[in-house]
Amino acid sequence: MKVLLSGNEAVARGAYESGVRVAAAYPGTPSTEILETLAQYDKVYSEWAPNEKVALDVAIGAAYAGSRSMAVMKHVGLNVAADAFFYASMTGLEAGLVVVSADDPFMHSSQNEQDNRRYAKFARVPCLEPSDSQEAKDLVGVALDISEQFDGPVMLRLTTRISHSDTLVELGERQAEERTEPPEYRVDRIKYVMVPGNARRRHPVIEERIEKLKEFAETFLYNKVEMGDTSLGIVTNGVAYQYAREVFPEASFLKLGMTYPLPPKMVRDFASKVDRLIVIEELDPFIEEEIRLMGIAAEGKSIFPMIGEFDPSVVRQCAIEAGLLPPSAAVEVRQPELETPLPLRPPILCPGCPYRGVFLMTKKLKMVISGDIGCYTLAFLPPLSALHTCGCMGASIGQAHGVSKAGIAQKHAAVIGDSTFFHTGLPALLNVAYNKSDTVTIILDNRTTAMTGHQQHPGTGMTLKGEPTKAVEFEDVARAFGIERVHTVDPYNLKEMEKALRDCLEAEGPAVIVSRRECVLLPEARKLWMALKVNEDRCNGCGLCFEVGCPAIIKSDRLDAKTGRAKAWIDPLLCTGCEICAQVCARKAILFREAIVKEGESV
Amino acid sequence: MKTVNFLIAGVGGQGALLVSNVLADVGVRAGYDVKKSEVHGMAQRGGDVTTTVRWGDKVYSPLIGPGEADYLLSLEKLEALRYVGMLRPGGTAIVGDQGIPPLSVSSGNDVYPDDEEIRRVLGQVTDDYHLIPSVRLAEELGNARVHNVVLLGAFSTFLDDVPPDVWLQSVEAQVPPKFLELNRRAFQVGRKAVSSK
Repeated sequence: MKVLLSGNEAVARGAYESGVRVAAAYPGTPSTEILETLAQYDKVYSEWAPNEKVALDVAIGAAYAGSRSMAVMKHVGLNVAADAFFYASMTGLEAGLVVVSADDPFMHSSQNEQDNRRYAKFARVPCLEPSDSQEAKDLVGVALDISEQFDGPVMLRLTTRISHSDTLVELGERQAEERTEPPEYRVDRIKYVMVPGNARRRHPVIEERIEKLKEFAETFLYNKVEMGDTSLGIVTNGVAYQYAREVFPEASFLKLGMTYPLPPKMVRDFASKVDRLIVIEELDPFIEEEIRLMGIAAEGKSIFPMIGEFDPSVVRQCAIEAGLLPPSAAVEVRQPELETPLPLRPPILCPGCPYRGVFLMTKKLKMVISGDIGCYTLAFLPPLSALHTCGCMGASIGQAHGVSKAGIAQKHAAVIGDSTFFHTGLPALLNVAYNKSDTVTIILDNRTTAMTGHQQHPGTGMTLKGEPTKAVEFEDVARAFGIERVHTVDPYNLKEMEKALRDCLEAEGPAVIVSRRECVLLPEARKLWMALKVNEDRCNGCGLCFEVGCPAIIKSDRLDAKTGRAKAWIDPLLCTGCEICAQVCARKAILFREAIVKEGESV
Repeated sequence: MKTVNFLIAGVGGQGALLVSNVLADVGVRAGYDVKKSEVHGMAQRGGDVTTTVRWGDKVYSPLIGPGEADYLLSLEKLEALRYVGMLRPGGTAIVGDQGIPPLSVSSGNDVYPDDEEIRRVLGQVTDDYHLIPSVRLAEELGNARVHNVVLLGAFSTFLDDVPPDVWLQSVEAQVPPKFLELNRRAFQVGRKAVSSK
């Protein structure tokens, strides 16, 4: 039976079917749904790790212990896990290990557009790339087989378009014998202890492994030649294959399911049969460079862009410009003429987002803020404009420390989300304490990993599988590190937030504020939603509440008689009743919950 | 069969995903090769969401380019204008009547286009556009949230080689059991909304 599965769901299914016993990940778009789907299979142990390096170490440990395993991350997660990725390549494993890297061309939800095939070559790890969900499922098992045959990890590289497209998949059964008793751990100190002497023995082994993999790739089932018209030969991979097939229905194709290492004979043979050889691949000219290193002429990035995501129109347009297709191949497009540009719809902090209370106050106190990765990054947008850097996971605390040591006029602060703090903020906060930082660290604890769609983390008291567990308290962590000034504040209470910030700004030395209020979209928070109202007689259109930047507060058509300015109106479908705007209003024109409840009772 | 391309547009939280799931599922039930692809990025928090669905004997690309959609199905009026360039000139646009002002509009810095402007812009790309009062019809059923299924019902009349039963089975497979009857009615109301035009 065939079912529609996203690439991510298919990878989870593939892991289940091919006998994976242990899987670990940290959530990150576009990879998150893989572990969320896998968690539904009881026969696979799966977990959210605090970060990708821990996840990969966990998977490596499982593979050392003789169980098939998988680590899953978005592309930048492999930066965090790179150390583990390299040593696993050196040591090899006792059972198959697949490392899933979901790259993000066009940066739909990422800070960069890195091409992780570079890591595959860097670490001498073979790289497999599916072009649809069926291949995504199948290649998990294939990767594990290769991992075991060649004694090393295998990268399965997805892209956003593969992860988030649904295509038809034939389901299979789980191919794994259930164990009656756990196996003995096979000790091999020479192979697995990477001290220099042992590492020197291993390096030639992994270089030989790549040579053997090149041989293997020559007959690898997922490297396919599809001969058509020989005037044009196209080497392609992943989802780019689908675009290329659509745009060049007549051409000859070499479709690579393994993009590192390439099969030299197969490439040379294909190149010799076609008049012109081009490479169609998203992001880096990775295949193109490998082919050129073989001394074979190929064109790629001189025709197709290195930046952004492809689609059939990008491929077609570039092909027309390069003379590969006639101008008549262009698709007729009618872009309408507009009188004024359409209003944009950028992502925004949700109505009732607790982060708004923090940033309103840091803005009031004119604080410069080192930011981090999460929903709160959106506080950089006007009207808040209250977050001033965002680089990578966990960067804010270390950055803020650096700023303070360099010395600036005002006291500096870092903000970091709860899940991000556990990810890579912990050692940075340790540094703040150890090196006597004069900074404020604001931990934005909304009791979930919100940005990626509400995953559990070490502070929530719940595992990926939904089992209760120990919940870490940020205040305990800060005090254990030796930070004495620790505040816990409800960010819906602006006065308390301001007071805590002022206390930290006036004091010497490191301080921590835990801003605690659950994400307004969590089910428990939703139960408390209640729309606030504006008392129109009191509102004079001063506009203070518009500066809160809440989508529920709307400039109404009604103008104040004296000022001539638009009065505020609150959209009852959007407002959650957080009361932040009610505290900002100088004329008490926005009614608090209590007043609205009383009003209701009196009616 | 020649591949048919659908573009579904809407705003996060509007129920566009249900529409695209049904559309993809109907294609599978009708025996086609189907691909579906969502583009949402960071926009899950009130941003715009588009989904491509393609049916055919053999579908390669999960995405389409400008001018390649045979059908544009928009749950929101402003988003219909944003994506109408994706429509093949002369293709079919079905637009729900919900208007969700972006922050720049609600804060008074931008203006939301009125219905006249919406008709003018859609009309530049195709004469075959249909504004469906999906929210009003859903409200008449007692739940504005089923406006997406009203729109699906309306849309189903444009693909008359797929029997209405197949659409209904697919809708039923996607909605919680306690809302089954409501959604069935929403679908039927949507079908009539077009035929009585």
